[in-house]
Amino acid sequence: MFGRCRLRREVAAGGPIAVNATDSVCEVARTDVDAGTVIFRVTNKGVKVTEFYVYAQGDRVMGEVENIAPGLSRELHVELPAGSYETACKPGMVGKGIRGALKVNGSAVPLTADAALAAATESYQRYVRSQTAALLEKTREFVTAVKAGDVARSKELFPVARTYWERIEPVAEIFGDLDPKIDGREEVIEEGMEFTGFHRIEKDLWTTGDISKDGPLADRLMADIDEVVARANAEKLSPLQLANGAKELLDEVASGKITGEEDRYSHTDLWDFAANLEGSKAAIAALRPALEQRAPDLVKQLDTEFANVETTLGRHRAGDGWKLHNQLDQDELKELSDSINALAEPISKVAAVIAK
Amino acid sequence: MNRRKVIALAGAGVVGAGAAAAGAAALTRDHEPATAGTSGAVDFYGERQAGIVTPAQDRLHFVAFDVVTKDRDRLVEMLREWTAAAARMAAGRDAGLIGAVGGIPEAPPDDTGEALGLPPSGLTLTVGFGPSLFRDADGVDRFGLAAQRPAALADLPRFPGDALDPKISGGDLCVQACANDPQVAVHAIRNLARIGFGTVSVRWSQLGFGRTSSTSTSQATPRNLFGFKDGTANLKAEEESLLREHLWVRPGDGPSWMEGGAYAVTRKIRMLVETWDRTSLAEQEAIVGRAKGSGAPLGGKDEFEEIDFTTKGADGQPAIPEVAHVRLAHPDQNGGVRLLRRGYNFVDGSDGLGRLDAGLFFISYQRDPHKQFVPVQTALARNDVMNEYIRHVSSGLFACPPGVREQGDFWGRTLFDL
Repeated sequence: MFGRCRLRREVAAGGPIAVNATDSVCEVARTDVDAGTVIFRVTNKGVKVTEFYVYAQGDRVMGEVENIAPGLSRELHVELPAGSYETACKPGMVGKGIRGALKVNGSAVPLTADAALAAATESYQRYVRSQTAALLEKTREFVTAVKAGDVARSKELFPVARTYWERIEPVAEIFGDLDPKIDGREEVIEEGMEFTGFHRIEKDLWTTGDISKDGPLADRLMADIDEVVARANAEKLSPLQLANGAKELLDEVASGKITGEEDRYSHTDLWDFAANLEGSKAAIAALRPALEQRAPDLVKQLDTEFANVETTLGRHRAGDGWKLHNQLDQDELKELSDSINALAEPISKVAAVIAK
Repeated sequence: MNRRKVIALAGAGVVGAGAAAAGAAALTRDHEPATAGTSGAVDFYGERQAGIVTPAQDRLHFVAFDVVTKDRDRLVEMLREWTAAAARMAAGRDAGLIGAVGGIPEAPPDDTGEALGLPPSGLTLTVGFGPSLFRDADGVDRFGLAAQRPAALADLPRFPGDALDPKISGGDLCVQACANDPQVAVHAIRNLARIGFGTVSVRWSQLGFGRTSSTSTSQATPRNLFGFKDGTANLKAEEESLLREHLWVRPGDGPSWMEGGAYAVTRKIRMLVETWDRTSLAEQEAIVGRAKGSGAPLGGKDEFEEIDFTTKGADGQPAIPEVAHVRLAHPDQNGGVRLLRRGYNFVDGSDGLGRLDAGLFFISYQRDPHKQFVPVQTALARNDVMNEYIRHVSSGLFACPPGVREQGDFWGRTLFDL
């Protein structure tokens, strides 16, 4: 194994591929490379925070770097077998991003069924690690703003930090003791339990606007996030958990976000909606090679329905973020609800296909 | 937040069981043999109010009233009129003495008429008094009844996750109408509401169908809208010593006017059926703790068998998960307390988001809700994974007095005629 790894590293010895990312372009210096470990060096020359992704078909994330601040450079090391891929920069960290084609040369070896499942969990675990890294950073920024008493900045960062939480919510929820502390809503808090976490600070930010006493709450949120991230990174997930997680994320959308229950003070539910959807798509994308072997028609249906939800949700973009839940009328909410139901039904079939 | 993970994690383990079960022969849809006498009359008079241990009828119309008069005598007079009308309707007759069509042409009829030609249909009408009848929200003793308020009628605590809408919760009075024909139940409530105009005002009302509990051993266990048999371990009419212990208020329990009565708790529980329906069979069964087909506890064979909560599955984990509904709600886990459940399914159209506004209108009768319903619901509200799929949206608590003994007696006589 070591020998092979070293050999592959040498393939990339030509030096990292420069990616020039601004708010409107995503220039990748080479778009035709050999199979093996490919290194990208992404420099953000824009004014918005950006992200860089390498996608296989169906937006399966092969590798990504999150949260590249303006002026910074970051490297992405990604193992790419032969095939056709897409690169994407996401200035403002939302949407489909600025896409480009990437061709990887070499002989492609089809995966065995077991290898496809193993690759799925590895791929998803990479995704989890990239999200948890960004979750840590953005929560730290949020906590810093809260402790500094900067209400405007805290409000701005609240839905952004939550995005990374919501994308991997089913993983974070494995840790039942931490979940209510981080993401508990006021009504589920029982006697003898303190209302803490994101929604407690949200309440102060949007109802009284007084966060002068929220320092300890912010510190506690950070400590809880630190812990959940450490545990999530160490968690070994099964392909079945990926399949169930993809469905649960849509259940979250259906039961909490469309109704506006989740972010009842800030009304930033559509941010969470988008993040849940992205997380669900990432889990399905990780399973894609296995699904294509087992149920190609289901894959087509999922592609169609994911695209439909994305289009429907996309109508409610506002700048780099999303409209507030209370800015949508009942017809628009119903349309979103219908699109989620249409997607969630085929997604609920994935687990049985994977268990087969 | 979400408590599903406890089972989602275990999901890998239970899938095997589900796959095995899928191999079993598909269940046939056995029909319950039609029970004789579903159209007949249930005795209105008796030591206990009908509609509690009466074998649960198929339909419900439940209504809660606010008392709008300040005049105690007027309220008592209405209760007398209600009682007389209820006795007539339970016997399959018109609400008023004249009837729907027998009066002079210039007068509106004293019965609304939609039950003309329909049999009694097992109609029962059961009355209850809410905490606010004794003292209103401002603490005012409205009718000189405050000293008679039983401790058991203290307001229910808030449970974690409650999403109660005050507009469809509470009430000074309630009437539960159950019948085997929905038109008969609605007719009864409509006529009582009409008699009450000026004295009481309808606060909220709820239609229900498909009883979700059996209150007699002669009845098969019905299914709720999650598709599961519900209320297997319910108290039943035939279990007289259990009823004495868990259902009927006894001398010494509190004020004597409630002796022979029982307390009703109502909870309207919205079920998020769309998300439930796309949950795997294995996860549904793990959440409930019973097999969906037979109703047998997981790891067991028969619906009515004694549940062994220590049984382990092939993976070494408890066959019935620690957070399964049946475990949390079971008497063994709650100091032996029992409830008499009498709930109904409801579908109130749709919710504007393309989803059914559906669920369970839960009704339980018990000797003391604070010793029976409250601990069970506390355990469920804290840990039941089913909470992911349900929302408690309304709550009611009512003291249902003993039965009306004979003609001339009336609902609440023991409370008002001291």
